[in-house]
Amino acid sequence: MGIEDSAFLSRILTLLTLSFHIIYATIGVGVPLMIMIAQWVGIKKKDDHYILLARRWARGFVITVAVGVVTGTAIGLQLSLLWPNFMQLAGNVIALPLFMEVFAFFFEAIFLGIYLYTWDRFEDQRKHLLLLIPVALGAAMSSVFITIVNSFMNAPQGFEVLNGELVNISPLLAMFSPAVPTKVAHVMATAFMTSAFLLASIAALRMLRGSDHVYHKKALFLTMKLGLVFSVATALIGDFSGKYLAEYQPEKLAAAEWHFETEEEARLILFGVLDGEDVKYAIEIPYALSILAHGTPDSEVIGLEEFPEDEIPPLWIHYLFDTMVTIGMWLAFLSFVYVVAAWRNWSFARTKLFRWLLLLSGPLALVAIEAGWWFTEVGRQPWILRGYMKTSEAATTSGQVDLMIILFAGLYFILGVGTIVVLTRMYRRNPVEKELAAREADKGGDRQ
Amino acid sequence: MTLEIIGISVLWLFLFLYVIVASIDFGAGFFNAYSAFTNKQHILTGIIQRYLSPVWEVTNVFFVFFFVGIIGFFPQTAFYYGTTLLVPASIALVLLAIRGSYYAFATYGAKINHRGYIYMYGLSGLLLPAALSPVLAMSEGGFIKLDDGSPYLDYWTLFTSPLMWSIVVLSLTAVLYISAVFLTWYANKAGDEKATDLMRKYALVWAGPAIITATGIIFELRGHNPEHYARILDLWWVFAISFLLFVGTVYLVWKRRNYGLAFILLVGQFFTAFFAYGASHYPHLLYPYLTIYDSFTNEAMAIALIVAFIAGLGLLLPSLYLLFRLFLFDKDYVKGKSDYHA
Repeated sequence: MGIEDSAFLSRILTLLTLSFHIIYATIGVGVPLMIMIAQWVGIKKKDDHYILLARRWARGFVITVAVGVVTGTAIGLQLSLLWPNFMQLAGNVIALPLFMEVFAFFFEAIFLGIYLYTWDRFEDQRKHLLLLIPVALGAAMSSVFITIVNSFMNAPQGFEVLNGELVNISPLLAMFSPAVPTKVAHVMATAFMTSAFLLASIAALRMLRGSDHVYHKKALFLTMKLGLVFSVATALIGDFSGKYLAEYQPEKLAAAEWHFETEEEARLILFGVLDGEDVKYAIEIPYALSILAHGTPDSEVIGLEEFPEDEIPPLWIHYLFDTMVTIGMWLAFLSFVYVVAAWRNWSFARTKLFRWLLLLSGPLALVAIEAGWWFTEVGRQPWILRGYMKTSEAATTSGQVDLMIILFAGLYFILGVGTIVVLTRMYRRNPVEKELAAREADKGGDRQ
Repeated sequence: MTLEIIGISVLWLFLFLYVIVASIDFGAGFFNAYSAFTNKQHILTGIIQRYLSPVWEVTNVFFVFFFVGIIGFFPQTAFYYGTTLLVPASIALVLLAIRGSYYAFATYGAKINHRGYIYMYGLSGLLLPAALSPVLAMSEGGFIKLDDGSPYLDYWTLFTSPLMWSIVVLSLTAVLYISAVFLTWYANKAGDEKATDLMRKYALVWAGPAIITATGIIFELRGHNPEHYARILDLWWVFAISFLLFVGTVYLVWKRRNYGLAFILLVGQFFTAFFAYGASHYPHLLYPYLTIYDSFTNEAMAIALIVAFIAGLGLLLPSLYLLFRLFLFDKDYVKGKSDYHA
């Protein structure tokens, strides 16, 4: 097996591991915040339903955390196993945020263990809420640090190259590359947004199944409000990300938008198919790309013609970009309609059809997460370290990557199925009505 | 003290902590399975779950810490070990993944009590140290070879090497011994006499094999890597201290006295042996290709990492203390009087 083969297979295995891991990682970053908010609302409103919401979310969260931890360990080690040449080079420059990520993860792991096993141990629920702050903070910080590493790969800085060697290394400069603000903000906002919609999906599902307990209504209203806030934030940050790309990674933006020639007053292409260099069946919005790239309708946007043929990312990333943006816009719209309808008490929000749309919002958000990551990662091909190291130069020389793909694919299949089976079993055996009744009985017992 | 020495000491310390906490974890799974096999499961399961549930994730982090740290401080290890370890490390990863997720699925989630799963969980606890420990053999040289500048692992030499197998046997016996001593102490704290007696028996059974294989490896090294062997002999007195601590542990466990102290002596025994072994390995990370000097990261990064490390410890130590106080040293929790699981 040649180096080209092992580079290709290494890309496949990395794609497989990361695509699987980010489902759990997104939940891992977003859900602690949702639990914290529910707990806080419960304490503030003195409403036990919200406390129970937090508790039930926390139970399911443990299962996803477990899979997130083990797949995260897998990708952490695979970076060195599959891309040894990259890690050898980058280890000199970017080890600091990787190292700090482990600390954040450590911090989160400790307090998550404490949080899960001290329910009702403290009389005061506010004390218990305090334990959630380090969990949510640790989760968010580990996403910050790992996104910093990824930002470095997109916009490397903090070193100089002298005779093929990296010199004058500045770890802090490498950490704060220009890609950091937009990337970190986008990753966090979308993680919160996706988690909110996923939890909303659960409530919608219960309501579709015929339960009209007020608990589910409270859950749905809370999560949809949060979903609205974070999807609006995501859209704003997405706009900044476009401006970042135009400035620092124009080839990625041009490939995403099938923008071949450098021109002013550039139009934005929505959907469509590519036939050679002709774009068919697309919706074209005049000036929009110039606005997305630089904020004014007459500004110049760099086209693909300016780059050498072998440094252009594959053009199919356009479809990924469209998928991500369309879903994002749809979810912002859907949550806005729901929140207004619930507030105004419009009856269509209680129809089956509308609840189906709400049920789909969580899975759709996950699809957008996957599409967004594939877009950003494939969009920097052929580089692993943009401008410095190509992906093919970084891969392992080992000939057994193909077998490892089969091994890990099997593992992820088992973990995926296991998660679904365990989670459904857990909630089906103990629906909220049953748990509420048991709590009532407990309280009655206390009074006697 | 140079930055290189600080770096490797930090990493070695974290590897040591992982060895201890992971041994407890792996061994606990095995003893749980074995007691299910001999119909004594009711004695041990409660004790084991109460200890493992809040801490298994933390155990995992020690491992991540080690491999992220070694790439950070010594990026060249990624080139040699990363390239050669693809298959063994992937297998270890899969085992680790199945183990961790199964534990969460079974104990937090579906409460599966099927015997097949319990045996698999126990067995994976033995396979993991067996999959991880050959790395120690590789670091002694002779197994990783170069082909046109790119390293590869010579599986035939590795699998026919008595050194590799001795290390595997040592890791297995050490896991069972460490775990048994810890669980004896933990069960005794819980006031559970039956579990204490059972674990005490296991501790005494595994003490002999653990010390015999450990001694055996030193003699294996005489033939395999004479340079390393000579440095081990220079440090004979540290190994002697380690042996005395071992005798102390066995004596206390035998006499059913002061299990807490017995466990501390055990940690001391492994600490001294582990660091003496590490010190005698100096300066090689991979004999003869890599020393800690030629693979070290640049100075700016090293300083940044050490600063981050100190700041991180400032955050971690109080948190770990809180964790231990709430679960390891809390009488009601240990005795299982109340279940506060979310």
